[in-house]
Amino acid sequence: MTTTGALFYLFSAVLLLASFRVITARSTVHAVLFLVLAFASASAIWMLLKAEFLAITLVLVYVGAVMVLFLFVVMMLDLNADDFRDGFWRHLPLAGFVGAVIALEMALVLMGGFRLTDAPAMDAAMVKLGNTRLLGIEIYTKYLYPLQIAAVLLLVAIIAAIALTLRRRKDSRSQNPSEQVRVKKADRVRIVKMDAVIDAPSVPAQAAPAAEGDKK
Amino acid sequence: MNLGPITLGHYLSLGGMLFALSVIGIYLNRRNLIVLLMAIELMLLAVNMNFVAFSHYLGDMGGQVFVFFILTVAAAESAIGLAILVVLFRNRATINVEELDTLKG
Repeated sequence: MTTTGALFYLFSAVLLLASFRVITARSTVHAVLFLVLAFASASAIWMLLKAEFLAITLVLVYVGAVMVLFLFVVMMLDLNADDFRDGFWRHLPLAGFVGAVIALEMALVLMGGFRLTDAPAMDAAMVKLGNTRLLGIEIYTKYLYPLQIAAVLLLVAIIAAIALTLRRRKDSRSQNPSEQVRVKKADRVRIVKMDAVIDAPSVPAQAAPAAEGDKK
Repeated sequence: MNLGPITLGHYLSLGGMLFALSVIGIYLNRRNLIVLLMAIELMLLAVNMNFVAFSHYLGDMGGQVFVFFILTVAAAESAIGLAILVVLFRNRATINVEELDTLKG
């Protein structure tokens, strides 16, 4: 058995064990941690298939971002693990039956063929370009519009996630700048028409002509 | 021990077993919404495994491009799913699926 074969069996065993523990773990935090292990070994298997870029992306994006998000949510919610275990053994026979049927159907299909042992040899030029650059060329030429749609999808996901979880505080005393800019004079100043009040002149009568004489 | 060379069928069987395991997980953890989301992630991983294996053995980069897009969609899905989960927990103080029967479905 070659090194690649041994590595394949090792990583597959770890992957299947980890995913088995994901679905049977008593604590949800443990389940998330086993999911991280499953994704890491899947990334190693993809590395064996010479898909380096996707393997690294799986670790960076999935383990680094999505699984950490899962972990945050699990730790933020105050869950009682035992509430969820009630139907576990009751559902086990049905679950095992469905799983066995799925595995049998897959086996029937897989027995028929798929005995490809070797990948077709790549051109020397393609080998020199490398997996990442080949993937980039494919995405940015043939699949450019799907890429744009995927970008829009991510934007929609960001906006939806923020809009769902945004909570406005009721006791907040913050200012609203747009209201401040939009304010009109009429909102702030009220002009009241009223008669002028005429005071009796406080200056003595003979002092006024003298002041005028000074101006000249 | 000689198990022969690793063929395409090995990778497809691995993907199949992973998919079957996550279906079992959905049946077993019918009450815990977070574990349901994690089982869906595992299913997507199994599908991606098949895509990458076919892409390698048939020498076609298209499969890896599809994996790229599936990863994008799965990330968006889990982000929105977890946001809904947080809002749900805030409103109902539970994520037990069997208590979410307001719609009388």
